[in-house]
Amino acid sequence: MKYVSEFRSPEIVDALLKEIRQTVKGNWNIMEVCGGQTHSLVKNGLLNMLPQNIQMIHGPGCPVCVTPVSLIDKAVHLAMEKNVILCSFGDMIRVPGSGMSLLEAKSKGGDVRILYSPLEAVKIAKENPDREVVFFAVGFETTAPANALSVVHAHREGVKNYSILTSHVLVPPAMEAIMSDDDCRVDGFLAAGHVCAIMGIGEYYPLVEKYKIPIVVTGFEPVDLLEGILMTVKQLENGEHKLANQYTRVVETEGNKNAIAVIDTIFEVTNREWRGIGNIPFSGYAVKENYSDYDANKKFNIDIAEAHEDPTCLSGDVMKGKIKPHQCPNFGTKCTPVKPLGAPMVSSEGACAAYYHFNLATVLVEE
Amino acid sequence: MCLAIPGKIQSIELLYGGAVKMAKVSFGGIIKEASLEMVPTADVGDYVLVHVGVAISKVNEEEANKVFGYLREAGELDELYDTTI
Ligand code: SF4
Repeated sequence: MKYVSEFRSPEIVDALLKEIRQTVKGNWNIMEVCGGQTHSLVKNGLLNMLPQNIQMIHGPGCPVCVTPVSLIDKAVHLAMEKNVILCSFGDMIRVPGSGMSLLEAKSKGGDVRILYSPLEAVKIAKENPDREVVFFAVGFETTAPANALSVVHAHREGVKNYSILTSHVLVPPAMEAIMSDDDCRVDGFLAAGHVCAIMGIGEYYPLVEKYKIPIVVTGFEPVDLLEGILMTVKQLENGEHKLANQYTRVVETEGNKNAIAVIDTIFEVTNREWRGIGNIPFSGYAVKENYSDYDANKKFNIDIAEAHEDPTCLSGDVMKGKIKPHQCPNFGTKCTPVKPLGAPMVSSEGACAAYYHFNLATVLVEE
Repeated sequence: MCLAIPGKIQSIELLYGGAVKMAKVSFGGIIKEASLEMVPTADVGDYVLVHVGVAISKVNEEEANKVFGYLREAGELDELYDTTI
């Protein structure tokens, strides 16, 4: 597959690359947190255009990759129940559980449906009053308003056969977990633009202060990414650590108040397990007690055996930036997008799949 | 799956006695439903960034066209088409 090399604004891309080259003196590791940004960096070939002394580390910002195996197993279990329609975003269905993926559950007769939006799942519940409809509600802050809204709609319409299986994760606590790790190699962060479009940028001030590290809220197009990298490198070279916003055309400082309000109505902050990383305190959302009728975790008593992962998958080290995907011995051999061993090989936002699809490993090895 | 795609509001429908504002949004000709509850001031003709069926912010026309053009060029619009496995 070829890179998207024909940028619409090649002169801007060239100018930004030139300015980055002129600015950078030291060796810097910059982590892009969001999987969409990883995908864009790799797909557009930007990693090979940056100067060698800037290393991009690919963070844990892919909800598909960090959803725990135990939850996939629960979704599969529910999908195999006769009375359940299990609805999910398309990216989730190939993720390996400890037994089956949702796709395999579907081929074995489970009623698994891929939807564009959780709001469609509420409609399906209305149309099928004698079935239980469960939406597999994964995502970061960007997706939380939509998942919360589906519960609000179901509640408002008195739809009782709808619930969500949540695995919501939050970005700032994950960044904090990475920074507080003693072997943390990250010198600066690109924060995820669309997450901040919802939540605003206020949560990052304490991180900037505590860890003395630049954080630049950044979009996902090539020009955005290069601008975000340049803003970060400028701070690093000047010995500064500030919160900056590259993506002002979409991200307002306060975020989206209506979205935050609907999240607060339905969800509360909880501890959350991240696949490949482990438990991170206060890093996820769970459905609030007064909406527990819509919480699939409480509605169904799912008793499943303890989940197990492929022990040779190094996804945790990849997501913490300790190794690059192609340094995993399974990469491209035992583990490919068609037969993934771990979640980062499944979604195109996962670092392993991004590298695989765009042959980055070979390019890097040949260099 | 964290993508937000810009589209133009074609029409608006009020549901449940006006409590819920749903719009038909055109993404380069593909029409999808989106909730406007997070951007209540959005009106017909406005451009909004839509993520999994919910508009999360308003954008201007130029930005919308620029981002949509990029996403189309990069082949990132799969989720707009009917998903089949
Ligand atoms: S290449 Fe496969 S096995 Fe290795 S870390 Fe990535 S997902 Fe895991």
